[in-house]
Amino acid sequence: MERCIGCHSCSLACGRLVHKCLSWDTAGIRIASSGGLSTGFEARTCLACNPAPCALACPTGAYSQRKGGGVIVKKNLCIRCGRCAEACPVDAIYLNATEEPFVCIHCGRCVPFCPHDCLEMVKTAGEADQEEEPQEVAQ
Amino acid sequence: MIRDHFRVLVVDLATGRGSVVSLEGRDAVVGGSGLAAMLFAKYGRADKPWDDPAQPLILAIGPLTGYFPLMSKTVCAFKSPYHDQYAESHAGGRSALSLRFADLDALVINGRAERPSCLVVGSRRLEVREAHYLWGMDLQTTGKTLRRMFPGSGHRSILRIGPAGEQGSAMACINVDTNRHFGRLGAGAVMGAKHLKGIVILGDGIFPLPLTKEYPKLFQEVYRKLTDTDMMDKYHNLGTPINVAVLNGIRALPIRNLQQTSDEATDGITGERFADATLLRHMACAGCPVGCIHVGFVREKFMEPNQYLYRQVPYDHEPIFAVGSMLGMTDAFTVLALIDAVDKQGLDVMSAGVALAWATEALEKGILSENETLVPLKFGDEQTYRQAMQHLATGANEFYRLLGQGTMKAAAYYGGTEFACVLGQEMAGYATGEVFFVSQALGFRHSHLDSSGYSYDQKHTDKNVGDAVGFLVRDERERVLLTSMVACLFARGVYSEAVLADCLRSVGYTTLAENIAAVSNSIQKLRWKTRLATGFDPRAVTIPKRFTEITTWKGKVDEGYLSALKEEYARRILELGKDEQG
Repeated sequence: MERCIGCHSCSLACGRLVHKCLSWDTAGIRIASSGGLSTGFEARTCLACNPAPCALACPTGAYSQRKGGGVIVKKNLCIRCGRCAEACPVDAIYLNATEEPFVCIHCGRCVPFCPHDCLEMVKTAGEADQEEEPQEVAQ
Repeated sequence: MIRDHFRVLVVDLATGRGSVVSLEGRDAVVGGSGLAAMLFAKYGRADKPWDDPAQPLILAIGPLTGYFPLMSKTVCAFKSPYHDQYAESHAGGRSALSLRFADLDALVINGRAERPSCLVVGSRRLEVREAHYLWGMDLQTTGKTLRRMFPGSGHRSILRIGPAGEQGSAMACINVDTNRHFGRLGAGAVMGAKHLKGIVILGDGIFPLPLTKEYPKLFQEVYRKLTDTDMMDKYHNLGTPINVAVLNGIRALPIRNLQQTSDEATDGITGERFADATLLRHMACAGCPVGCIHVGFVREKFMEPNQYLYRQVPYDHEPIFAVGSMLGMTDAFTVLALIDAVDKQGLDVMSAGVALAWATEALEKGILSENETLVPLKFGDEQTYRQAMQHLATGANEFYRLLGQGTMKAAAYYGGTEFACVLGQEMAGYATGEVFFVSQALGFRHSHLDSSGYSYDQKHTDKNVGDAVGFLVRDERERVLLTSMVACLFARGVYSEAVLADCLRSVGYTTLAENIAAVSNSIQKLRWKTRLATGFDPRAVTIPKRFTEITTWKGKVDEGYLSALKEEYARRILELGKDEQG
């Protein structure tokens, strides 16, 4: 991420392609300056925790543990309590005005939109032995 | 959000309140330049001076802002302190996307706050906050303070002015998100006159996507074209500073107040040199994957032993020419230090550099004395220029206050008009020949971006007045459409009229897509009508003698050709403005 130029193309691609919104907020990856533009940028995105604190905090089972790290979200089970966002240690979950959560689903669709090769898909330790199709967001 | 009308927030700084206004006109004026002219007709006062509280400061974006890449710029429109006429200045940063996500097609700022204040707007926010403690702060400190005052890192835009804007300099800029500027024609002074130190735009809205099948496909295609190797190479690699060596090579680089157009010593300030020695990193405007912003650094020893500070400084061809070759600087780090010194004060770098180049020659010639300049200005002397920049920004004496109103105003008073490098305003960094000189002197924004006259000069050796002026008018018309969208002009090779029509159609602006050619025509006329109504007379424009004294790769500048071009272009401009009135 040290290469990031702050174009927000990744966030906008995630909003557009995954969450079907025009937004730089409702995205699994959000870009912010790390303390002013002169210090560069950082990405707020899921670090693929395993176990995931957000899944543990979810009281309704909308969040479940994804194999290899991260979470699978079933929005139809979500009661908009916001506990997932509170539990996330790195502010990777965005809640909109109705507390609907938006989080990275590790699909990699943002990657080709990064013009500076900041992003890549890597297999986590738990994924190394298995092939998994990117999940769609369950509405 | 896609809608068939404009959603405009009109704020009154005097009361701290505003109203959301719905206005028809999308199919007629598009957005950006067209929308700004329409809003000036509604809210502006052609008959009142630029600093009348009733004059609006207008920020406008386009119908495709955020929906397509490089639709990433904002038009700022105002009555200019430089010539007291209607003016536009354009900038990117995060301003355009922040306005989009604040759900505003335009922001109109009226009135004058009783005390120095800042304005915060968002999709669910309007606040005018008294902030007297910011008055007097330089741009960088103001930016840092506003960041702390209004959280929202990454998804907000912070516009602010420095001391130059506070004291009403016609060369004062509005800084946008640290590295970009509404630079020219004194927009910063308009904020200063309104006691408005900063504007924070929170981009906190979320919108549904267009549902057409074409939109995602077209987005992908446009994105691919805009990030192909050519584009990235031209604007991302060395960026605009590549022009320094190119122009020097064809004897078209303004050097030492345009006393020369080529000099081997400029090897130290070429784009290649900047990249090799000073480039820290690239940055981008939000919504643009090209990343044309080049950021270098300055390192200053402020105390012995070995006590240093450093700052990051964006650079481009224009600032390099203005405080580099025009002031006789031959070292890239010195140029960056000067850019930094000017920017901190909230002065436009181009205008300030060219103004001080004139003052230096005037001092050399004995037209000015140190009583006026306060420091012994000398080409190549960084330290005196640093002091002079501060004098110019703060209006240290009568001379600097007058110089801050425009080089020609100072020259008219003290003498030396013949070597004032002014083409409507302080010249841009192209001494390519007659067509460029006329295009900047008479152009709408007095900018090298109004039309590519500099490029025409480099491609044509013939002297056909009708062809050249026809090109300027046509090229301006194409650019007006882009600045109404508001696309970055770097994307002009991709966003042809046909592609723009497809993009508009894909998000639902079908009528506009069908009429795009006629609409760009009428916006061009509307803009000229607005400018003429505030007093612009293209026939009265003069081009100083210095521009006819130089030699470029084509030989000596042809005064007869220059004069014929000027006359014909003035005629065409009057025609464009008049048609609309009829």
